[in-house]
Amino acid sequence: MKRRTLLAASAAALALATGGAFADGHAKTKVGFIYVGSIGDGGWNYEHNEARKKVQEHFGDKVETFFQERVPEGADAERAITQMALQGADLIFTTSFGYMDPTNAVAAKFPDVKFEHATGYKREHPNVSTYSARFYEGRAVIGHIAGKMTKTNKIGYIASFPIPEVIRGINSAYLHAKKVNPDVEFNIVWVFTWEDAAKEADAAKALIDQGVDVLMQHTDTTAPMLKAEEAGIMAFGQASDMISAGPTAQLTSIIDDWAPYYIARTQAVIDGTWESKDTWDGIEPGMVAFADMSDRIPEDVRAEATQMIEDIKTGAYKPFTGPINKQDGSVWLKEGETAADFGDDGLAGMSFYVEGLTAEIPN
Amino acid sequence: MIALEKRPEPSKLWSWATPILAVIATMIAGGLMFAALGKDPVESIRTIFWDPIFGEFAFYYRGQLLIKAGPLILIAIGLSLGFRAGIWNIGAEGQYIIGAICGAAVGLAFYPWDSFIVFPLMILAGALGGFLWAMIPGILRVKFNTNEILVSLLLVYVAEFILASMALGALKNPDGAGFPGSRNFRSYPAAYNEEIITGTGMHWGVVAAFIAVIFAYVLLARHLMGFQIKLAGQAPRAARFGGVNPSRLILFCLGISGALAGLAGLFEVSGPAGQISIDFNVGYGFTAIIVAFLGRLHPIGILLAGLLLALTYIGGEAAQSSLGLPAAAIQAFQGMLLFFLLAVDVLTNFRIRFGKREVA
Repeated sequence: MKRRTLLAASAAALALATGGAFADGHAKTKVGFIYVGSIGDGGWNYEHNEARKKVQEHFGDKVETFFQERVPEGADAERAITQMALQGADLIFTTSFGYMDPTNAVAAKFPDVKFEHATGYKREHPNVSTYSARFYEGRAVIGHIAGKMTKTNKIGYIASFPIPEVIRGINSAYLHAKKVNPDVEFNIVWVFTWEDAAKEADAAKALIDQGVDVLMQHTDTTAPMLKAEEAGIMAFGQASDMISAGPTAQLTSIIDDWAPYYIARTQAVIDGTWESKDTWDGIEPGMVAFADMSDRIPEDVRAEATQMIEDIKTGAYKPFTGPINKQDGSVWLKEGETAADFGDDGLAGMSFYVEGLTAEIPN
Repeated sequence: MIALEKRPEPSKLWSWATPILAVIATMIAGGLMFAALGKDPVESIRTIFWDPIFGEFAFYYRGQLLIKAGPLILIAIGLSLGFRAGIWNIGAEGQYIIGAICGAAVGLAFYPWDSFIVFPLMILAGALGGFLWAMIPGILRVKFNTNEILVSLLLVYVAEFILASMALGALKNPDGAGFPGSRNFRSYPAAYNEEIITGTGMHWGVVAAFIAVIFAYVLLARHLMGFQIKLAGQAPRAARFGGVNPSRLILFCLGISGALAGLAGLFEVSGPAGQISIDFNVGYGFTAIIVAFLGRLHPIGILLAGLLLALTYIGGEAAQSSLGLPAAAIQAFQGMLLFFLLAVDVLTNFRIRFGKREVA
């Protein structure tokens, strides 16, 4: 409590010394980005950084962006975020789940700086917003394609951490693969990391040895895609277009396009209209997009996938529509019922598998 | 001709001068690297070494320096005792994790009981957790003569899986909407490792680190156990004849390094980190090995080495965001520091002779 006032006081003193806070005009709006991995990962962090570049491009001289990569979650994150606030950032995007508490802690000390935390749920202060994408909509589409394309009926899934976002993705992909191919099986490997090319490659190899012929990943590097290419099987890219890693293997890729959101939020700070809110956008506004579909996907399957994308976009189809049972056989969604975002058994906190998945969620 | 001649005794002067020489060499080589990356080398070096201590935001960074150095020093002090005796505990990272879990579990079990006794109990549990985790390689070594390097290292991976399991299961925040991670100790004052003097970064873990430095100094300089540790490392046979009980020494060294690593974990989880999360550990247990050797296994040396390494971390981060230096360049810079330290170490043990080698 006391430290908070001290820091705030120092920050205020600083603001005075440097000629007043942003509102009375330092020329450029400063926007900071904190990444959990390296910007060269070809996936999650790469896309966030691409979006940062687009912000820079869009606003030109009016905005200055800066970033820090490979920031561990926890105490180091708090320092990195504080550092950006001290360096005069007006808006800071913290782009990993584990930055949730540090982001809120720093936000308490810098009430004039706006904070945007990706994939979390805590907005403890009026200067914190949260945002995420409905990646599971993309998973539904690739699940459908995978169910149609697999010959061995075994689909490999490289998962990072058993958090709701990842579990939701597995459920969505599985339900849609199963719908078009009742014999399909999912082999899931948990690597407990977001970015570790060696571990991801090992997991891919283990899955290929188990006879999977389609590979999905929820980790950040292109290592699984490279393994799939090497083994001559099919795979889906994650977070970014991974076609250069798997020119033959990649069927399509779920792309996270953060640029429109980042530009809109930066604009809001410039205009002084920024407000704390929660954003959870999907395919419709373009936060979730797809790489070009491979020619290996037959014409009819491609048409079905395109139709599904269209239906999700218009809201005609919701990926989690009943009847769906939980893994233990109990009813989750009744016929025609769609999943709620929040609340008990809502999508946001999803911590169970759907019926048919044979593995257990590790804990 | 330049020849190296082994000194009869390691040079006292050079053993203190080489670290300074290494830092200077790192600044030069690092400056060249930053220049090659198109950054102003002088400004880069100043951002890393000068600004955190004397720059505009030093009021914030000085405290952060202690926060970062505290666990490194605490762990490295424990490790240095074993390393001196030839007992290699490589798994401090695992003991750090288990200490954090045990301490946090005790704290969370008492939630929301507001009593002064909670935090001391957590400290005990943290030390005990690290101690017991280190006893596994210790007892296996004493009873079955297993290799403590391998056993302690592999137990790190076991500890990481236990950590993930705790964050997702037993210690998960019941009010966390299904997301992993424990309650945050910030919101539980009785268990929160608050800074003792606000704004200084001085939390109980830093205090413990300073106390550990003093105790290790006294132990090594004045106490019989310290003598036995040094003897066992320098002359194992003589130590055995001199009445040193090797089993007791192994258990002592592993136990104390485990307990200190466990303490470091507890102070971190209840303070700067604030909660048990899946990837709570960030490698302090491994970096502490570097700190121990950088400090020449000497308590004062470790204190300085811990602060220096913390400075390169914090200054390096600042350089990343303010100058746009890539993270990899900062890591290469830290690597250079260690490389030069080992390289100039040769001056401690050898003397350079110019001219022809004498024929015997």
